[in-house]
Amino acid sequence: MDAIIKAHGLQKYFGTFHVLKDIDFEIMKGEVICIIGPSGSGKSTFLRCINQLEPIDAGYVMVDDEIVGYRRDGNRLFPLPDREIARQRQAVGMVFQKFHLFPHRTVLQNIIEGPVGVQKRPRQECVAEARVLLERVGLADKANAYPSELSGGQQQRIAIARALAMKPKAMLFDEPTSALDPELVGEVLGVMKELAASGTTMIVVTHEIGFCREVADRIVFMDGGMIVETGTAGEILENPRNPRVKNFISAVL
Amino acid sequence: MSSGDRNLNKSALSDVNALVIVPQRKIGTKIMAAICIILLLLLARAFWKGDIGWSYVSENLFSRSVLAGVGNTIIMTFCAMIVGIVLGVVAAIMRMSDNPVLRSISVGYVWLFRGAPALLQLLLWFNLALIFPTIGIPGLFSIRTVDVMTPFVAALLGLGIQQGAYTAEVVRAGILSIDKGQMEAAQSIGMTKLRATLKIVLPQAMRVIVPPIGNETIGMVKLTSLASVIQYSEVLRSVEDIYYVNSRVIELLIVATIWYMVVVTILSILQIYIERHFSKGWGRRDASHQQPAGQALAGEAG
Repeated sequence: MDAIIKAHGLQKYFGTFHVLKDIDFEIMKGEVICIIGPSGSGKSTFLRCINQLEPIDAGYVMVDDEIVGYRRDGNRLFPLPDREIARQRQAVGMVFQKFHLFPHRTVLQNIIEGPVGVQKRPRQECVAEARVLLERVGLADKANAYPSELSGGQQQRIAIARALAMKPKAMLFDEPTSALDPELVGEVLGVMKELAASGTTMIVVTHEIGFCREVADRIVFMDGGMIVETGTAGEILENPRNPRVKNFISAVL
Repeated sequence: MSSGDRNLNKSALSDVNALVIVPQRKIGTKIMAAICIILLLLLARAFWKGDIGWSYVSENLFSRSVLAGVGNTIIMTFCAMIVGIVLGVVAAIMRMSDNPVLRSISVGYVWLFRGAPALLQLLLWFNLALIFPTIGIPGLFSIRTVDVMTPFVAALLGLGIQQGAYTAEVVRAGILSIDKGQMEAAQSIGMTKLRATLKIVLPQAMRVIVPPIGNETIGMVKLTSLASVIQYSEVLRSVEDIYYVNSRVIELLIVATIWYMVVVTILSILQIYIERHFSKGWGRRDASHQQPAGQALAGEAG
């Protein structure tokens, strides 16, 4: 199997603060990886680097065998123009902690904005696909609602549908349930479980340990900008080797 | 005395329904109102007794030249605001660009054209022929500046360009008011920065931008009166032309005032509808959408 997303020697600074230290990472097609770890450990920043929402300072990220954000000529990397970066971003879908639906557009318009506006595919076809996606996230009756009329959980499910509408090769979830009221978390995790079961390649930054246990093929534990330990759910959650992981797991379980 | 108090307390406790709330008398408010009404009546009387030939007002209110002036005022307001908004949006986007050259140009533009008085800018444009007798691209074409720089063009450039400098700041404030996540979400579905700005950020920023722009449009209606100085025949100029002949200065100025008030009132009403349009999706909705409010509320709760 091929790696869909690969990071090698990734370094990232915010000013003088070293956020990501020499990250090596790989995710195979169809794999589900959960990234856990204390806040400030660089989990979200790592996701944002994959989607080029943050520029990286050293190393590289590859998505689908393309170096992200740069054109390679020998050993020199030249930054790509905005248009090319926009094209590369279409390969990965991103779901944000705070949903970020477009409030001035209806649910349906939110979903077809990418495929129609950016990918220039025929509108009718995209609307039909959007309705299938809405069915899939259980919100077929909300097509004409505005985001402000939906609950947080519903908005997040629409955000997932919006990302899926681009037919990405992988999906990134940046703490998708952290901004939700506790009783709404389940419906979003439900949609994500269904996605995982259908073979979607997913990287999920989350604090939902139960979800990791159930769905993750591998769990990556990050702390202090480094990947501390990687392993199956059983290895990380039941039997962590690193004391830092052990402390974290015993604190959250 | 103390026994009386006790009785009162007892009765209050035992019979709540018998309690009556007596409205406050607000004597001060009534005295103020009386004074204001008297002053207003005195003012009205002054105007009534004053030597105002009201017949001149009614005669000239709908005269052909005044109506033409009103038309020109509206046209100039409209055109100058279009120029101002286009320049303002471009300058605001340039100001937020990564390119330092574009940023500096935008800052310089706002600095220069917001700094110089509007009247002065009108005079500069109108007198451009004094320093540039001809304009054009060397070797390709050239025309005499006086032929191009008509009062209309000079007023349009003067008013529109200085309006753009103000609008740029308004638009920038609007764009800054939108959550950074909107830009990121738009980029994550493959939009370029420019497209995301135009399709996602600006439409939302309009909600913040429209009220001050409406304000400035109303300001522009009045600002066009400056163009009378450079021979543009807007409404002030038309009434001036009339009172130069018949010397009924105040009467004709009242005519102009009435027309300004009419135009400004219409624009204020228009603004309400435009604001309503751009607040789509922010809770307020019009009845044309099929989803009942109750369902939305249920969704919010569930």
